[in-house]
Amino acid sequence: MTPLTSDYALEVVNLQKSFGGLAVTHNISLAIRPGERRLIIGPNGAGKTTLFNQISGDMRPNSGEIRLFGTDVTRFAPHRRAHFGLSRTYQIITLFTGDTLEHNVILGLLGLRPSRWQMWRPLSDYSDLATEARRTLDAVGLLHLAEHPVSDIAYGEKRRVELAMALAQKPRVLLLDEPLAGLSNTERSQVKSLIASIPRATTVIMIEHDMDTALDLAETVTLLNYGRVIVDGDRDTVIADERTREVYLGA
Amino acid sequence: MKWIAAVPLAALLVLLPSFAGDYYVNLASQILIAAIFALSLNLLVGFGGMTSLGHASYLGVAAYISALLTSRYGYSHGPAAIISIAGTTAMAAFFGVIALRATGLGFLMITLALSQVLWGLAYRMSGVTNGDNGIAGLTRPMPFGISLDSAASFYWFALIVASFAFLMMAIFVSSSFGSSLKGVRDQPRRMAALGFNPWLIRWITFIYAGFWGGVSGLLYVYYNKYIHPTSLSTTSSAEALLGVIAGGSGTLGGPAVGAALVLLLKNYASAYIERWNMLLGLVFLFIVLVMPTGIVPGVGKLLRRGSR
Repeated sequence: MTPLTSDYALEVVNLQKSFGGLAVTHNISLAIRPGERRLIIGPNGAGKTTLFNQISGDMRPNSGEIRLFGTDVTRFAPHRRAHFGLSRTYQIITLFTGDTLEHNVILGLLGLRPSRWQMWRPLSDYSDLATEARRTLDAVGLLHLAEHPVSDIAYGEKRRVELAMALAQKPRVLLLDEPLAGLSNTERSQVKSLIASIPRATTVIMIEHDMDTALDLAETVTLLNYGRVIVDGDRDTVIADERTREVYLGA
Repeated sequence: MKWIAAVPLAALLVLLPSFAGDYYVNLASQILIAAIFALSLNLLVGFGGMTSLGHASYLGVAAYISALLTSRYGYSHGPAAIISIAGTTAMAAFFGVIALRATGLGFLMITLALSQVLWGLAYRMSGVTNGDNGIAGLTRPMPFGISLDSAASFYWFALIVASFAFLMMAIFVSSSFGSSLKGVRDQPRRMAALGFNPWLIRWITFIYAGFWGGVSGLLYVYYNKYIHPTSLSTTSSAEALLGVIAGGSGTLGGPAVGAALVLLLKNYASAYIERWNMLLGLVFLFIVLVMPTGIVPGVGKLLRRGSR
């Protein structure tokens, strides 16, 4: 059974979610240590994104518990979890297309600051927000596009903006939902080294189909299928496991 | 560049009574009132993505409270104005809790239903509101002892209030909170994941819009010295919404231009054709077809194309 201590950054205990008669999350339990790099794999429809949506609070589980650093956040609204150090990216790019890259990242910064309620002072007065946003954009290699609206930039660059918004928040737990989806080989290696450079203070949980790249980044792997955890553990153990071959690698 | 263009406009607005007749000055006062109302609605529609079809509630209720307090209960204008605005804002807070249980079409229907309730009350509770006869014989306030009974003095009073309202709403939308609001309009889920509380952001905006709706209602009743249930009707809400969309929702100048357009059409067209609503509909259709984003963004685009 999953130990109930706060030695873990994220714990999921007996999580259950069904849509009508279809159980999309079936008694899932996970325990992820601070700083861990966890890869979640599984075929399409295995319930990976649904699991993320429940962790981030976009979706309420039917039963079970989600804990962040020992605190039960199962009933917390998404924005409260963000203040608890949880950040996420989306499989389907979810950016503010009419706004500049800088403004997108600024929103990421603003979300955690009390000044987001400030009604009398123009946003442009907060030069520290802009500086910080530009620093993050520089880290993902997009500083030269900071003034451009998101609608102007290429798909691969948008993926990196997704990442920049989350990284700007310096999260304690970061959920990455297919950060490599639809990228070219060059972009792939760029984003890969970007993820590899995330400091250890951040626990990274990643859904990814590109096994070649993702396995290099992961330390531990969870295999899901039909909403259940099939295999869970050390990267090499999971890969070597017979059931992984059966479910995923298509032996 | 933009500000240089604003100087002659400001001069024109301030000096209007010195060269225009009373009829036009009064028309301008009405436009100013309608502009504040449309701007407040625009906070919801344009900046918040919350299309309301019941915004006349705030105009009407503020007007009725002030009318009742001054005419029936012998309040002077100062306290009546404060109570009226406070009451209207409190009502917005309450209505917001109900309407914001939904978004999109659901939100629109709830705002419509709530405003219909108030309209019905104004009609039927004739013991209080005097029903279909409306409340007549009202007076205008005398701020600092200055009478507002002449067309020019009322116009200047309305201009001061409207300028202040415009400034306050401009500051509001360009603030961090304004950015939060626009973010929630565009990507509510993402905003929540970033740590923003979408519901609370919408609710605060709803209250703020109700407040300015109330301010326009006070000016409205001061101007007309009369209040009738029609000011609470869906037609009033829809006219303002039409103005916001025609002028350009989500812009600062758009709603003012749209409100002016609706009012001018109403005044001039109704003199010639009885079914002036039909004309309004046609004009609106034309604008939406030619400039789908509204007059102000549309003309802006044309000018930019021309200067290139």
